[in-house]
Amino acid sequence: MGNEFKESIYRAVNNANLTGALAKFSEAYKSNRAKAYEGIDFEELRGRIAELKSYAASHLDELSAQFQQQAEACGAKVFRTSDPAKVREYILKVAQDNNVKTIVKSKSMATEEIHLNPYLEKAGIAVGETDLGEWIIQLAGQTPSHMVMPAIHMTKEEVSDLFSKEVNERLTSDIPRLVKVAREKLRPTFLAADMGISGGNIAVAETGSIVLMTNEGNARLVTSLPRIHIALVGIEKLIEKFADVATILKALPRSATAQLLTSYVSIITGPTPNPDGSMKDMHIILMDNRRSEMAADPKFKQALQCIRCASCLNVCPIFRLVGGHVFGKVYTGGIGTILTAWFDELKKSEDIQGLCIQCGACKDVCPGKIDIPDLIMEIRRRLVQQQGVPLLQKTIYAVVNNRKLFHGMLRAASVAGRPFTSGKFIRHLPLFLADLTDGRSLPAIAEEPFRDRFSRIKQPKCKEKAAFYAGCLIDFAYPEMGEALIRILNKAGIEVLFPLDQTCCGAPARYNGAYEVAASNATDNITALLREDVSYVISACPTCTVALEHDFISIFESLGLTERLPQARLLAAKTVDFSTLVKKLVDEGRLSLKEGQKLGKITYHDSCHLKRALKVSEQPRELLTKAGYELAEMFECDTCCGMGGSYSLKLPEISAPILQRKLKNIKETGAPTVAMDCPGCVMQIRGGMDQDGAAIKVRHTVELLAEQVK
Amino acid sequence: MYEQFKTRAEAVSAEVCRFTTKSEALEYLIGFLRREGVADTPQASALWADCSFLEGLDRDTLRQVAGVKFDVTREGASQARFGISQMEWALADTGSLAQNSTAIEQRLVSSLASIHIALVPTSGLLPDMPSLLVRVRPQDCRYLAMITGPSRTADIERVLTIGVHGPDRLIIVFVDELGGTN
Repeated sequence: MGNEFKESIYRAVNNANLTGALAKFSEAYKSNRAKAYEGIDFEELRGRIAELKSYAASHLDELSAQFQQQAEACGAKVFRTSDPAKVREYILKVAQDNNVKTIVKSKSMATEEIHLNPYLEKAGIAVGETDLGEWIIQLAGQTPSHMVMPAIHMTKEEVSDLFSKEVNERLTSDIPRLVKVAREKLRPTFLAADMGISGGNIAVAETGSIVLMTNEGNARLVTSLPRIHIALVGIEKLIEKFADVATILKALPRSATAQLLTSYVSIITGPTPNPDGSMKDMHIILMDNRRSEMAADPKFKQALQCIRCASCLNVCPIFRLVGGHVFGKVYTGGIGTILTAWFDELKKSEDIQGLCIQCGACKDVCPGKIDIPDLIMEIRRRLVQQQGVPLLQKTIYAVVNNRKLFHGMLRAASVAGRPFTSGKFIRHLPLFLADLTDGRSLPAIAEEPFRDRFSRIKQPKCKEKAAFYAGCLIDFAYPEMGEALIRILNKAGIEVLFPLDQTCCGAPARYNGAYEVAASNATDNITALLREDVSYVISACPTCTVALEHDFISIFESLGLTERLPQARLLAAKTVDFSTLVKKLVDEGRLSLKEGQKLGKITYHDSCHLKRALKVSEQPRELLTKAGYELAEMFECDTCCGMGGSYSLKLPEISAPILQRKLKNIKETGAPTVAMDCPGCVMQIRGGMDQDGAAIKVRHTVELLAEQVK
Repeated sequence: MYEQFKTRAEAVSAEVCRFTTKSEALEYLIGFLRREGVADTPQASALWADCSFLEGLDRDTLRQVAGVKFDVTREGASQARFGISQMEWALADTGSLAQNSTAIEQRLVSSLASIHIALVPTSGLLPDMPSLLVRVRPQDCRYLAMITGPSRTADIERVLTIGVHGPDRLIIVFVDELGGTN
């Protein structure tokens, strides 16, 4: 990551206005959104949206042609181009041919994408943004920090300073008054403008209609008052059928701002009369700018299912810390990272793709059903393909890829780390690693890893067998979790095997785009874990479970290693996470928990991969409750803890504040213990609590349940 | 459907009432304009766009009684405090109004004035947007406008503020006599 980029992150996380406003919004958004969707089957709705948008993405040429034909039949002029420069030239020519002096604009990301305003201004035309947020940004000479709420990073005091200069009057920071000032100041601009420029939320091929949504009412004025209207629409906004407008409008306002509908929706089909009785000179520009290329890419085609609601920004734990400016000048957040890689260039996304912690929160809420984290991973993979892995990482993967060397080094670290270890945590790392312990203690490498302890564990001989996949953290940092797991499974009559050839699950390599390394890890693990016939392959690390159950298959698929797929699928079918298996065993009566225990309050942290990739959240809660704990839910229980594997090492300045939020939410429950199902989360949160000094125990569910089995 | 509409529309700060007959609605409307200080001065006048509600009414009397004007121009609309128009449909599930706004007069009175009074035939109530879109042929309805509550913004510090570029009040008057009951 470049220094400039790191500096922009530093500025953002230390900008209290920005982080305050974003945090306030994102906290309210979650419940407001849920309320807006009450009574609606979101999965069904987004299934329909994904389908109709995906159809459109596969038929961009046909739909563009049909749109053009229909809109022209109604009297609009349609210009289709793939080149942003041609768009700018076209608009300037229309303006100059008609002697246009002033233009009013309603909000349009497509015009931001092609940097239209400076181009027109250079030609001597006054361009006025009319969306309040865009106008504020324009006055401040800034760029939007959010796709739907462009000025979310600014305070009312900053706005009042800007407006005061604009109207030559000292204004207070009274928001309703500031809004009135904007209305009064912009009204004459609307009335005087010769041309209105809008974007388009939807373009309907069947009828040649464009759909515009605003809350302020500015798009109505932009499309009604000036004699010329130009709508700039990216071709990904095309849909086939008029009736489908209702489908998209059911989701877009709910997902964007948790509204049932924006105040104004205008569906415009061809020119309409002007106030002076003439007909509107109406132009619609359908802009490609690499969207067709995107549609032809089997992986990225789904990004065209985006309806631009920005809900992926609103739920992103990173976005709410850093805001939009860190992401660049136009499209921001999760989908923005993907769009920047395409509409701008792959290289431009190099830094920003690294912001994604892969927590999956955006994927859950996307009304276009886009697997945003997966597409960001794909960007990472292609960057690595294009530029190779940085030398330091390459060295690490070379080690990780060689199990004996890797495990040897971990053992060595347990000795080498000793001078820096006090109790269970590394307190003082050498200076060059100082950043890594910022706000969090790292665990000491266990003196004796699980793999060495295993042979001494006495187990009853059982008919049913399970293979335990420990993962690096349980093997080398938390072997006691592995021992607890064996104790529990033995009680249920299952003997646990520990195939010693198992190695790293490949997640670190995969999450850094090094798929070949990950594939090699996958192959080694499949061989090791399928060597003996077992009923289950169990893991107490959700990231590892996801690797065994899903990622091995997808890595082989994306590298075209189809011959390895059958074995990968076999492993996937046997793989199960700890809580799901134990819940099943309890339900089947094979495992009993002590009865009548009163163990007091506990709070539960949902790990990203467990909750969103494996869809497991109730099982551990039910087990803990059954064991005798009284569950006290924390605020944002399923928000990422900031660990994200090596993320916390690469971007500690972002990881640390995310962890602080998590610690605060845990402490506010008043529970003396917090449980979770992921050793990575344990490492992050336990380390955080250690530095915080709070007397809260951070435990893996496996440890808590081992104490309560009969 | 009316009750659902009323709940949803009021939730987004619209004001909703309903009358059986046109004359009751007219009486309410005149009373409202007077209470709000309608006058033939800038920023106090009322502008009424052509609509079926006006059929059979004496416009001269209305001009005298309520100070309303019927010649909708861009200048007139930008001077008007009240804009009166008839919206054809109401969508119960979102509390929205909808109109074929192809005629610019309809848009001028509903977008430039600070108080928009919308007359709606009760029979125009529809359950939702899909049922509206099947009734509309875009080719014959060049500018389909949907309005849900007054103009709003939250662009400064996410504080909801009413009345940016459009009206800061939306008064919805259902009239059963304009067609059927719902």
